[in-house]
Amino acid sequence: MVRLLSLLLFLATWWLISQFVQPQMLPGPERVLSAIAAQMRSGDIFFQLGVTLARVLAAFTIAMAAGTAIGLLMGRVKLADRLGDPWLIVLLNLPALVIIVLAFIWGGLTEIAGVLAVAINKLPNTVVTVREGARALDSGLDEMARVFALSRRKYMWHVVFPQLGPYLAAAGRSGLSLVWKIVLIVELLGRPNGIGFQIGVAFQLFDVTLILAYALAFVAVILVIETAVVQPIERRASRWRIRTS
Amino acid sequence: MPLAGEFGQVEVRIAQKTFTSVSGERFEVLRDLKFKLGHHQVAALVGPSGCGKTTILRIIAGLETDFEGTITGALPGKLGMVFQEPRLLPWRTVEDNVSLVAPEITREALASLFRDLDLEAHRLHYPGELSLGLARRVALARALAIEPTLLLLDEPLVSLDEALAVRLRDQLAALIESRPITTLLVTHDLEEAVRLADRIFLLSPRPAQVIAEIPLTAPRSARSEREVARIVSEVAHRMTNSAFRPAHA
Repeated sequence: MVRLLSLLLFLATWWLISQFVQPQMLPGPERVLSAIAAQMRSGDIFFQLGVTLARVLAAFTIAMAAGTAIGLLMGRVKLADRLGDPWLIVLLNLPALVIIVLAFIWGGLTEIAGVLAVAINKLPNTVVTVREGARALDSGLDEMARVFALSRRKYMWHVVFPQLGPYLAAAGRSGLSLVWKIVLIVELLGRPNGIGFQIGVAFQLFDVTLILAYALAFVAVILVIETAVVQPIERRASRWRIRTS
Repeated sequence: MPLAGEFGQVEVRIAQKTFTSVSGERFEVLRDLKFKLGHHQVAALVGPSGCGKTTILRIIAGLETDFEGTITGALPGKLGMVFQEPRLLPWRTVEDNVSLVAPEITREALASLFRDLDLEAHRLHYPGELSLGLARRVALARALAIEPTLLLLDEPLVSLDEALAVRLRDQLAALIESRPITTLLVTHDLEEAVRLADRIFLLSPRPAQVIAEIPLTAPRSARSEREVARIVSEVAHRMTNSAFRPAHA
């Protein structure tokens, strides 16, 4: 209820400001919504959303999988931490744009280069977060697993990953928002389709209504993913905390 | 490195175990420590605080590998341990905590174990919902579920109120009695040692070694209050008399 009120307040503020600004600079919500409706009727927006979403999911999956493995290794093995830390600092401080441009120069204007550029941008954040989680693993539970000779698979699945849960959730949440923003830049610079490409076209035409229509449509999709997928998974993973609180 | 020995028999020979402090100073915890546990025997290690009792259990369990000596008969997978803290997985139910380490346990055996430890009503509870006494019983159930040949108990009754400690001690005694398990108990509580063990090993202060071995010949169930009090007094006397000084002073 509070969320709905907050959303209505946002729309009201937007509408109010648009009354005092030229519609070319800031169209009101009703104009943007009708632009979204028009795009939906033509079906184009669904294709563009689908393409961007596929890139987001691919880059997110690669970054989370590789980041989790590297973060775990760095959090558990001192030598790996010492070796990997300088790389991590470089990647954390390298501007996203540099990575994207280099990926397109070295890999060509291809799908793989684009997705990898996004994944590399997200990777260091996941590594840092998971490394903190790996450093905080309960050594008492490690010893319990050793004494009872748990298999490697059981140890990872039942002892390590549940402890990493909050860290993975934090990396996933921040990752999803970061990844989709970077995907739009990748599409703007080097892909022939997707929301970012469409926003680039709209920019050249100075069409603010279309820019907002595509941006809002994608934000809506991400909100649905967050509410329908991320939050239920998080609730399920923390069931034991809810029961004990 | 644990070596295979005669079934259920454990032999501990630790020539030396040292630790290095944060400042780089090395200190010796154990030296020339030797003892033997027979099949289905229950032994208690007692000694002054900080003498290295828990370190001995950790070496036998394979958690400390940096020591000079040999451990015979403590085979991985057939070794159950109850730590001072229950060390249960908070995200798994009581039943899942037990079955995780003992996937082959039958439903009947699990039910019987829970019945013996009064845990039936808590099978689906999470560890965070349990009292310390209940969590200790779950840890004990987990250790017994693997049908160990060797059971290590590290202060299993510490921090429990007296009534609960007595109840758990009686349950523990009954469970040990009914199973062919060799058991090594670390405790600072002499009465607990006398009531549960067949043999008490008295340890010296650091670097610890066995300075006395006290056999308790009467069956556990036949030890009267008076008999227990007499033995406790005798052990306490031996702990405080002149023999109980650093063995390497």
